[in-house]
Amino acid sequence: MIARLFSFRGGIRPDSHKKESSGAPIRPVPLPARLVVPLIQSSRGGARPIVTVGDKVLKGQCIGEAEGKTGTAIHAPTSGTVSEIGRYPMAHPSGLESPAIVITPDGEERWIAHEPLDLATASRDELILRIQASGIVGMGGATFPSHIKIGKDSTIETLVINGAECEPWITCDDRLMRERAADVVRGAMILRRLNGARRVLVGIEDNKPEAIAAMSAAARARMDTEDADGGARIDIVTVPTRYPAGGERQLVRVLTGIEIPANRIAGDFGVQCFNAGTAHAVCRALVHGEAMVARIVTVTGDVERPGNYEVPLGFPVADLLALCGVRPGVDRVLMGGPMMGFTLPKLDAPITKGSNCIIAASPGLFPPAPPEQPCIRCGRCARACPAGIQPFDLYWFSRSRNFDKAGEYHIFDCIECGCCAYVCPAHIPLVDYFRFAKSEIRARDEERRAASQARARFEFHTFRLEREKAEKAARLAAKAAETRASLSAAAKADAAEQNVAPPPPKPPT
Amino acid sequence: MTSPHIRQPASVQRVMLTVLLALAPGIAAYVWQIGAGILVNLAIATAAALAAEALVLKLRARPVALTVTDGSAVVTAWLMVLAFPSIVPWWLTVLGALFAIVAAKHLYGGIGQNPFNPAMAAYCAMIVAYPALMSQWPAAGQGDFAAQLQLILGGSREVDAVTGATALDTLRTGLRNHADVNTILATGAFGFVGGRGWEWIAAGYLAGGLFLIATRSIDWRLPLGFIAGMGGTACLFWLAAPERFASPLFHLASGGAMLASFFIVTDPVTAASTPRGKLIFAAGAGIIAWFVRVFGAYPEGIAFAVLLMNICVPLIDHKTQPAAFGQRTRP
Repeated sequence: MIARLFSFRGGIRPDSHKKESSGAPIRPVPLPARLVVPLIQSSRGGARPIVTVGDKVLKGQCIGEAEGKTGTAIHAPTSGTVSEIGRYPMAHPSGLESPAIVITPDGEERWIAHEPLDLATASRDELILRIQASGIVGMGGATFPSHIKIGKDSTIETLVINGAECEPWITCDDRLMRERAADVVRGAMILRRLNGARRVLVGIEDNKPEAIAAMSAAARARMDTEDADGGARIDIVTVPTRYPAGGERQLVRVLTGIEIPANRIAGDFGVQCFNAGTAHAVCRALVHGEAMVARIVTVTGDVERPGNYEVPLGFPVADLLALCGVRPGVDRVLMGGPMMGFTLPKLDAPITKGSNCIIAASPGLFPPAPPEQPCIRCGRCARACPAGIQPFDLYWFSRSRNFDKAGEYHIFDCIECGCCAYVCPAHIPLVDYFRFAKSEIRARDEERRAASQARARFEFHTFRLEREKAEKAARLAAKAAETRASLSAAAKADAAEQNVAPPPPKPPT
Repeated sequence: MTSPHIRQPASVQRVMLTVLLALAPGIAAYVWQIGAGILVNLAIATAAALAAEALVLKLRARPVALTVTDGSAVVTAWLMVLAFPSIVPWWLTVLGALFAIVAAKHLYGGIGQNPFNPAMAAYCAMIVAYPALMSQWPAAGQGDFAAQLQLILGGSREVDAVTGATALDTLRTGLRNHADVNTILATGAFGFVGGRGWEWIAAGYLAGGLFLIATRSIDWRLPLGFIAGMGGTACLFWLAAPERFASPLFHLASGGAMLASFFIVTDPVTAASTPRGKLIFAAGAGIIAWFVRVFGAYPEGIAFAVLLMNICVPLIDHKTQPAAFGQRTRP
């Protein structure tokens, strides 16, 4: 199919640095001394532990049950013993601690019995429940629970599979699509069946020709051999390499022409978007009965053996780096890509479902930012902004704490992709200013909400006191009236009595 | 450290150096057609602007080295000198540079904060303060450097030998005397499309400007807006009464039109910043400049036009905010 492509405004073309890690096939890693499996590995709710310290677990065994409707389950990434359940530092910009289950591997890698579903007979609800129970979340990094997205009752026309992988350095989806294209395509077709889309579009940037070839072959094979998909098409679409073409809204725009506003979701426009890794995980879970216990992680930067590794969840970042041979001079480690990733505060943090890339950064590869200079309003940021906003205006408003104006100028349309800061000749960390302004606005709104709640509470309290006072007064009045009535009744009775009885003799005067 | 962790190799210095580089063809044409006197004033203005910048930064307790070396003061100084007659005395150049840097730039908060184009503010201040000196333009084709140097560095101002009326001046005086445009343009002050000699300088600015557009250093909307504004207005009047109004081509090739199109209205700090706003801002400057030239008290009106439009920038920007991603989408 010759797909008509659309374009999005802005974007940048940084050096891709994909070659460093994309050459070698996905490699397994040896088991570490312990795996720290966080109970919260999704952006919406977590899991409740269902094992206790000392329990023996098998690989793929559920160790944390999905909490509520939005939670996702977690599983033992290998066989071994539950050695601790506690709070551990996570891969988070501020090094937050989070509850986790620590597993000491027994080295046997014994799987729990696989229970694949019979796709021909299983109902939609069963499949979606299994996605939740298999712990599947968006693997592009946002970790949104897939069962919530796919379970929404929207009318979906197009399923978009995101294989763009637009961030420099990251190649995990590239390798995955090259090596496991059939599973990705199969997973995509299952997702299509669940959301009822008529067509599937897989967007891949044109700097990954091998992945495009492998995926195209897998898609053709799938459409040639099976009728199960009801004649639905899956098309592999080559999209121009331009960061952030892999942003959900940007990719949907490029593939379908639809611009989803910041305050809406793709489903409102008949589109759903899943990462290629997520489609792969769906296939493993439903077709093969394997829960999500590992993911592909790109390890790159200043390391001796850059590449892609199939890493059990809970694997300490430090062990992974040691495995790849960190070169001298590395002064920090990034998680995620260089555009949107963050510096890891602690290297003992574990790999989780959203960890797509680890970059050993040295000043040589990632020079420190030159000193910040005043903004000259050159407008390069606005030209580069894929959200179509004017970063330099927002910079002035954020700096001067003019948050109302920042809101009016669409600061919440900012996707923090970093294009503005990348091109800024004055080296202003624009995204930092916007994060600051957003958090201030959120805090202020929260405060206002709390204040208005407090006021409402206070007003109700006052009202209640008034009411109680009024009620009390009314009660007292009623009682008084009653007393008066009974008194007067008594008086009347007395009087009647007196009327009946002969009048008392008048006292002598 | 927070994301993004990589940056394009770009800097304010590089932006400013590109502008200076783009001015080179115009300056070369200036030296060729008018004489090397301009280089003396360029040097004086550069030194004065840098000194003023350093001094004010120090007084304001700002990082001196980082900002003095950003090149912005040099750009301001060069643009001011190129807008001035090249034979103004040195002290006028110094005064202009001081006004541009201290009053027009730093009193408003320094680079990035000034609402008025510093070079144009200095031009306006000087033409009001020294109307005679600011109206003595060197004649084209003489290039007597010694005489120009004499005028710049002081001594007597025997100007008749080296000055000549500019094209805009000649046209204006001729029209005041009720002459026909074609008759006036047939006199010796005119070349192919504009002032004799000066039109080459305009061509030099045009070449530099196209280089700036090609390297995406400036937004094409600004020069296009100015040229459309001035040329369009001139065209309307010229078509209506060709004997009383000069052609759009003449207006665009004369005076500071090309310098303004590619180097003055394109100053990012003081121009409008939205895509539509840039067109409106530059077109407005072009239209006003034409009216000042034709009906106003000064033969050249670009500086006033630019300052007038500078005042309108906040309003223009506010009213022309572009639609954010997805804003035009109908649910």
